[in-house]
Amino acid sequence: MTDTAAAHPVRWRLKRPSIIPGFGVTLGFSLAYLSLIILIPIAGLLWRTAGLGWEGFLAVLADRRTQDALYISFGTAFVAALVNVVFGVIVAWVLTRYDFPGRRLIDAMVDLPFALPTAVAGIALAALYAPNGWIGSLFMPFGLRIAFTPLGIVVALIFIGLPFVVRTVQPVMEEIDREVEEAAATLGANRFQTVFKVILPGLTPAILTGFALAFARGVGEYGSVIFIAGNIPYVSEIAPLLIVIRLEEFNYAGATAVATIMLLISFAMLFFINLVQAWSRRRYGHG
Amino acid sequence: MEVTISNIRKEFERFPALNDVSLKIASGELIALLGPSGSGKTTLLRLIAGLDFPTAGQIFFGEEDASHRTVQERNVGFVFQHYALFRHMTVAENIGFGLKVRPSGNRPARTEIRRRVSELLEMVQLSGLEKRYPNQLSGGQRQRVALARAMAIEPRILLLDEPFGALDAKVRKELRRWLREFHDRTGHTTVFVTHDQEEALELADRVVVMSQGKIEQVGSADDVYDRPGSPFVFSFIGESSQLPIEVKSGTVLFQGQPVGILESQEGEGDLFFRPEDVVLVDAPDALFGKVTACRRLAGTRIAEIDIANEGHAPYHVEVEVPLHAPVALGSELRFRPTRWKVFFK
Repeated sequence: MTDTAAAHPVRWRLKRPSIIPGFGVTLGFSLAYLSLIILIPIAGLLWRTAGLGWEGFLAVLADRRTQDALYISFGTAFVAALVNVVFGVIVAWVLTRYDFPGRRLIDAMVDLPFALPTAVAGIALAALYAPNGWIGSLFMPFGLRIAFTPLGIVVALIFIGLPFVVRTVQPVMEEIDREVEEAAATLGANRFQTVFKVILPGLTPAILTGFALAFARGVGEYGSVIFIAGNIPYVSEIAPLLIVIRLEEFNYAGATAVATIMLLISFAMLFFINLVQAWSRRRYGHG
Repeated sequence: MEVTISNIRKEFERFPALNDVSLKIASGELIALLGPSGSGKTTLLRLIAGLDFPTAGQIFFGEEDASHRTVQERNVGFVFQHYALFRHMTVAENIGFGLKVRPSGNRPARTEIRRRVSELLEMVQLSGLEKRYPNQLSGGQRQRVALARAMAIEPRILLLDEPFGALDAKVRKELRRWLREFHDRTGHTTVFVTHDQEEALELADRVVVMSQGKIEQVGSADDVYDRPGSPFVFSFIGESSQLPIEVKSGTVLFQGQPVGILESQEGEGDLFFRPEDVVLVDAPDALFGKVTACRRLAGTRIAEIDIANEGHAPYHVEVEVPLHAPVALGSELRFRPTRWKVFFK
């Protein structure tokens, strides 16, 4: 017998991360791709902002207009994502639980906000919700203006974010075991208790993911919002619009500063949501 | 709680799953519903639980007509094959669920629920695992949590759907014995569904053998094994061989050859016998055939024989041969069934 160890001299190498081949190639590709598409542009953004200096940056941050724009952007995105959680879970429920004529049509319609140019959505929503529009005029007698106020922004962001919640919750909901619901019923739980104590908690990780996606999308949305928001500084001006305004003033550093602040807040919030998700996955034992 | 099932019919979209089934279950009895898949045994269990409603017929709990009561009102303990535990709840929360969802007037205090949960955990021998989540337990442990959860509501009857179906053979055997002890200790009327005849015969007071939406026979393990009431029961439970015969003037004839004596009835039918109920003989008036295979089965040895009389298609039968005297393949074996049963056409 030959000594196989001698035939293959031991070379120093990293501990193999997995038995599946192709780690080196795929990781290299991922890093190169992420660098080109995400990391280098972000680095450029930070570098431009740095040109402003620490004081200039703080001055942008201290500006009331910046603060209000950020507040409106994050606030409306948050509210819209919350509404979408409720709305989206109900839509997903209807689509997975019931078989009715037109179900496939509605299922397909859910994805429309993905495909429709956002400007088209914004114009359509603005026309509908304007004080003299079909829906807006219904609310006017109550003194409620929807279009051209932050409320209009929320409406646009609900439209944009809905598919994110539906499409993340739907597959998980489809996998819920009927037996679990029947078990709850045999133990005496009524339908309400079964839904709120058994089904919904099991969907928590998926709902959180949908919320995070809808929220992130809402923060970055520009096209549809600017048509319905009215864009009044300090009232209904979103941060992305403020960035565009600064660019048009050739104030590139100011624009990148606002962008950097948005980036930092978004990153912090998404990171936090990710932590909550990891915790809930561990707790609920799946995902 | 005594359960009476009276002329139950159940159709799923015009396909009859149960056809005129009646059964009386005595209080404190441990009953097995045994049958191949599609025989309607799980459907019957779900009808008793109220998870489905019958197309026709009634179900009584004691004197009370429970047919139209909802599953929540029936107060039955149901254990599912795949446990159906709530995976976002701990073991203790799972077991306490049935008490916690009661309307507030009827709901025990929190400390009382906790006490009951730890009592039940002790009963299913899982003390100390209160804080675990279901995915941190083994299959056998999960099934016992499911049982404790079903027992927490003090059910009037306990229903188990293939309770050991998803477990491996060893755990299955342990849990089987454990369930018998558990039943003897608590005395609940218990109905369980199984397709495993060994499980049904070993565990149950009475076995209900079902086939194609009908009850074939109800009886003790001895009844259904030693005195099968139908060809189906004879062939479904235990090993058996089947030969087409004719009874003429008191003699049972297989392809013209006398096999035994039967004076009660004449006509054509099928003769059934078990591999262990034969005697090997050296006489000319016995059944004989070529040995096509010989296999060891636990404590016995079984020979497979093709009986081929001239001018007839061969019939395949199995007989037990002495453990220490294996028979050669291709050799001729003569035997006579000692215990057999004829079912006339």
